[in-house]
Amino acid sequence: MTGTPGLDLVVDLPAPEAQPPAARRSVLRRLLTNPQGACCLAFLLLVVFMGLASPWLAPVGPNVTNLAAVNAPPFSPHHLLGADASGRDILSRLMWGTRETLLACVIVLLVSVLLGVTSGLIAGYYRGKFEASASWVSDVLMSLPGIVLLIALYARTGPNIVAAMAVFGLLIAPVYFRLVRSTVVGVRNELYVDAAKVVGLSDFRIVGRHVLSAVRGPVIIQSSFVLAAGIAIEAGVDFLGLGNPAQPSWGSVLQQSFNNIYNNGASVVWPALLISLTILALVLLGSVLRDLLQSSAHSRTLSSRRRRELSRQSRQDALPATKARPASSQDVVLSIRGLRIGYPDGTGGVREVVRGADLDVRRGEIHGLVGESGSGKSQIAFSTLGILPKEALILGGSILLDGKDLLASPKLMQEARGRRIAYVPQEPMSNLDPSFTIGAQLTYGLRAVKEMTKQEAEKKLLGLLARVGINDPERVFRLYPHQISGGMAQRVLICGAVAADPDVIVADEPTTALDVTVQAEVLELLRELDDERELAMILVTHNLGVVADICDYVSVMKDGLILERGDVDSLFESPAQAYTQELLSSSRRVELTEV
Amino acid sequence: MLRFALRKVARAVAVMLLVTFATFTLMYGNGRGIARGVLGVDATPAAVQAEVVKLGLNQPLVVQYGKWLRGVVTGNLGTSFFTGQPVRSVLSTRVPVTLTLIVVTLALAAVLSVLIGVAAAVYGGWIDRVIQPLSALGAAIPAFIIAIGLVFAFAIRVRFFPATGYVSPNQSITGWLSSITLPVLALLVGSIAAAASQFRGTVRDTLSQDFVRTLRARGIPESRVIFRHVLRNAAGPGLTVLSLQTIGLIGGAIIIELVFALPGIGDLSDTAAQQGDVPIVMGLVLVTTVIVQVVNLLGDLAIAAVNPKARMS
Repeated sequence: MTGTPGLDLVVDLPAPEAQPPAARRSVLRRLLTNPQGACCLAFLLLVVFMGLASPWLAPVGPNVTNLAAVNAPPFSPHHLLGADASGRDILSRLMWGTRETLLACVIVLLVSVLLGVTSGLIAGYYRGKFEASASWVSDVLMSLPGIVLLIALYARTGPNIVAAMAVFGLLIAPVYFRLVRSTVVGVRNELYVDAAKVVGLSDFRIVGRHVLSAVRGPVIIQSSFVLAAGIAIEAGVDFLGLGNPAQPSWGSVLQQSFNNIYNNGASVVWPALLISLTILALVLLGSVLRDLLQSSAHSRTLSSRRRRELSRQSRQDALPATKARPASSQDVVLSIRGLRIGYPDGTGGVREVVRGADLDVRRGEIHGLVGESGSGKSQIAFSTLGILPKEALILGGSILLDGKDLLASPKLMQEARGRRIAYVPQEPMSNLDPSFTIGAQLTYGLRAVKEMTKQEAEKKLLGLLARVGINDPERVFRLYPHQISGGMAQRVLICGAVAADPDVIVADEPTTALDVTVQAEVLELLRELDDERELAMILVTHNLGVVADICDYVSVMKDGLILERGDVDSLFESPAQAYTQELLSSSRRVELTEV
Repeated sequence: MLRFALRKVARAVAVMLLVTFATFTLMYGNGRGIARGVLGVDATPAAVQAEVVKLGLNQPLVVQYGKWLRGVVTGNLGTSFFTGQPVRSVLSTRVPVTLTLIVVTLALAAVLSVLIGVAAAVYGGWIDRVIQPLSALGAAIPAFIIAIGLVFAFAIRVRFFPATGYVSPNQSITGWLSSITLPVLALLVGSIAAAASQFRGTVRDTLSQDFVRTLRARGIPESRVIFRHVLRNAAGPGLTVLSLQTIGLIGGAIIIELVFALPGIGDLSDTAAQQGDVPIVMGLVLVTTVIVQVVNLLGDLAIAAVNPKARMS
């Protein structure tokens, strides 16, 4: 509890973003119009006012005893919240005690902001040795048992709230240090900071004008959490009896009420409530501020009911003709009919990224799916495996594997995935699990879909690794993904895809992320495997060179539609569509300039 | 892995030396003050001076610290200025109670925060919307307020659990369990809240990684994708938060031991601080620093065990 709330919160704050100044000016107004924010702010202002005005507002002084009112219950005459074991008015003591809490908060905030923000600015802006040593100090401070140190301090100084809160401010300063440092490191590399340097502004002015404005928002948010932690620790220290006995505080009122709980149980409610509500108000205020200052946190995923509604709606809108078209030939393994995929556009509607696609892939055939980025080709690839992102909506159509519609049955899709249809991804390095060795993840993946002993699986995989061109399979088996090259990683992924002997391979830009020399080898490998195993392969690419190299058949996509299809030779010879001609000529131009 | 572990141990030892030296200097900086505290306010200056010499407080601080440190290594932490009892035997009756609270809380927090965090990240929707504000609140409300709430409810209202007092596990396991239930509950809320929101965030991030899509495409069942692959990759930051929780848990335990009348280090540190019983306070600083460093060390090793990159860098 005490002390750590603020320390934890820095970890889950999303990376702060620089906001344009116009958006920030209205933050106070937006805060006041937000019901949650306005309530919290009003409550906190009330608490502050109660503390500052206690000499005039409080019914009696904090230490005035009234023996007639010992353990008076709440709502008794003259004692709205009751009185304690010495007959002191609890309401008055809480009001006077607010001053001690406010003082504690001011000290904690001043010390931690001063130390944390300053050192964070310097460390983030100049980096180097200061950053390294300040980070070390910050790590050490974060690993100190705060309460125990405050107890040790008390043993030396006696009750001294100023010293105790200053020490706590020091202990919590790393929260600001880490936040500010990472923000400044981010901002420092922004173009406008570079521009300011080029113009010749001094560091002091750059920090003052550009860096501080980026840091201000996150610091304000964090401060409300730090204040909550400060209230908790102050109350905790006083509850331990380490506060000044002559000066009431929320913590000491709580402690005295608690010791008296069997005589006057209700009296413990008020201080506990006041402390909790104040902390609650600060935390809620902090999260409202976070939402206002960092609006990027909103999610676009729709509720499942809304998703069903949208799909139903658009299925009804769909042309009936797209559904009925049968698969064209006997050899066809996978066939896509009238597939439509959409995404929520953020305003309640749907943006269609695939608008009725038909596609057939035959055994032993490589089917190229070409188009520029955003044309919807990867969406088609993902949908055949049922691995579209969560927010995607299938609006209509079917995916037929041996004539059975995978979209109609999640069970069929699950049985096909990995067993009959396999996937080769685009970016080899990010598609291997970094926490497992190559061997472990290949073996595990294979055994998840095939009933095999570990030894059988390993034997098969080692053979396959050799087949896909890895020289020392036994050694690679024991390596982690970050220890191998991109080309090797792609071979490993291809090995993982073919290991379960699938009928269909969906390869999504399998060579885009590789070096040019490796690209040709990997394409050659895919072609060989396709011939050996009589696979039906969908090869998604934006590169017509790749298509010309290994594809038999090609479909050209633009804006979610398949514009043109045909076997590679005739399509390259005489493209019918203007877009295909454009695509071909631009790719030839690129080849010419590259040569 | 061994080099990684050794480096972490060296770091932990360095931090412990630094912290104990700093507190030692703070505590023993005023030798006459300590002596007057022991003798009482009426002591004559001569008597105070004699006490300073008797307690060895007239030696240079570095020499005193060296002696104390040699004592630590040989298991002798000095004796209380007030009761004359060896600090070590005083601590050995108190520390196990507090340590039990912390270890039980950490273990429960680890399991529950993983489950809650994963549920919030995977299912999203209303679970997520309920969990997020609750965890912000749970992390901010101090454990002793929750403890007082529990005592208020169970001592004053329903008397279901023993509100206060402690039963040793040697006497009765069930008695022990019911005597630590409420204290652990009070400590648990904040730890779970902090760690669960961390797990939620990293599990969410990991779920959107490419390799998760590839694992799914390979036909691995979703539950295994999450618990074997996603969780392992997402564990690091959550484990860090959990190990940092130890600091908060020690502070929390010290205060709530007073609430539940448990015979741990809470009551001891309170008395020692008020009396100015410096050897006891130093012993407490040592023990708590060691606990924090050991848990942090275990946390680092656990992270290294799940993440091959962490142990190689």
